[in-house]
Amino acid sequence: MTDLALIIVSAVFVNNVIFSRFLGLCPYFGVSKKLDTAIGMSMAVIFVLTLAGTITYIIQTYLLVPLNIGYLQTIAFILIIASLVQFVEIVMKKVAPTLYRGLGIFLPLITTNCAILGISILSVQFKYDLIETIIFSFGSALGFGLALIIFSSVREALDTREIPKAFVGAPIAMIVAGILAMAFMGFSGMVK
Amino acid sequence: MNVKEKLLKSFFVENPVTGLLLGLCPTLATTTSAENGLGMGLATTFVLVSSNVVISLLRNVIPNRVRIPSFIVVIATFVTIVDMGMQATLYDLHKTLGLFIPLIVVNCIILGRAEAFASKNNLWDSFLDGLFMGLGFTFSLFILGSVREILGTGNWLGMALVPGDWSTILVFVLAPGAFLSLGFILVGMNKIARVIEGGK
Repeated sequence: MTDLALIIVSAVFVNNVIFSRFLGLCPYFGVSKKLDTAIGMSMAVIFVLTLAGTITYIIQTYLLVPLNIGYLQTIAFILIIASLVQFVEIVMKKVAPTLYRGLGIFLPLITTNCAILGISILSVQFKYDLIETIIFSFGSALGFGLALIIFSSVREALDTREIPKAFVGAPIAMIVAGILAMAFMGFSGMVK
Repeated sequence: MNVKEKLLKSFFVENPVTGLLLGLCPTLATTTSAENGLGMGLATTFVLVSSNVVISLLRNVIPNRVRIPSFIVVIATFVTIVDMGMQATLYDLHKTLGLFIPLIVVNCIILGRAEAFASKNNLWDSFLDGLFMGLGFTFSLFILGSVREILGTGNWLGMALVPGDWSTILVFVLAPGAFLSLGFILVGMNKIARVIEGGK
């Protein structure tokens, strides 16, 4: 049990996907202008990443390893993720239309979120078992959500402030992210 | 547009990193030194040129409705080639770049050029487009890597630039330094662009 708790704490705070692993930066800068969209994106990522982590683990353990075709990992994983996202979109539209209206526009964007592929490959590299993979994927997605929601709140507040003209837009966003990353460095050393 | 103009454009105006803010994950993650930035940039350039060439050759064969999955398969194939090639020949660099080699497959620059350029243009133009975009990307990674390496460790490409007893700003080779360096580079570029526009 403590092992699983450590995996969560490590994935959310210490090795945060954004601030320490540098995964999923495109949606991080792309959809962080408003708090509402940031919350929607975080929910979609938590859902898809947990699912993708689980399925890629099953494919890796029961298909790629027994057939000795580990070198097809990159191709197999990206195709699984792309079709999974499409599948989730279709199912959600039919089964949960309200949820689909909330998350719908974020789903296609998730295919190119490198956090999904990155975390799937990492859980294979770390040699996690099924339960650990699910916890690790969920925790990483939670860390992404946390980082995105904090960041978008700061950016919303920045909209009403006067900042030097050369800093407006992307540069100030980068600098805010840098300062947040420094804050998150305070967690380092807590768990491995 | 002639070749020279296009080259300048892909280095400055349409530079994938500083102009369009694409491919940020490898840009920020692998630029802890100038050498790593250069290695990552060249690996991406190889994939970009090869996938552009193949997709341009197949542009009349691939049905429109399945074009994105087809592009992804082509790109993933070349990424696997780079991954294995680097593991065999440049083992240390491969180990440093680690996860970000397989992640070239989700670099939006590559799929972006396949969709926006290679699927509509002939072989030679697509080759040049891939090469220039790749070199523009490599250029940004090299600059960012140099800034971080010099400020963070006082070295540059293995040469010591700062006397040994001076202290360096270690945070620049750590995660926050990546965001801060790119942020201030963008500020500088904005300022230069504003001055040039103002002078006209």
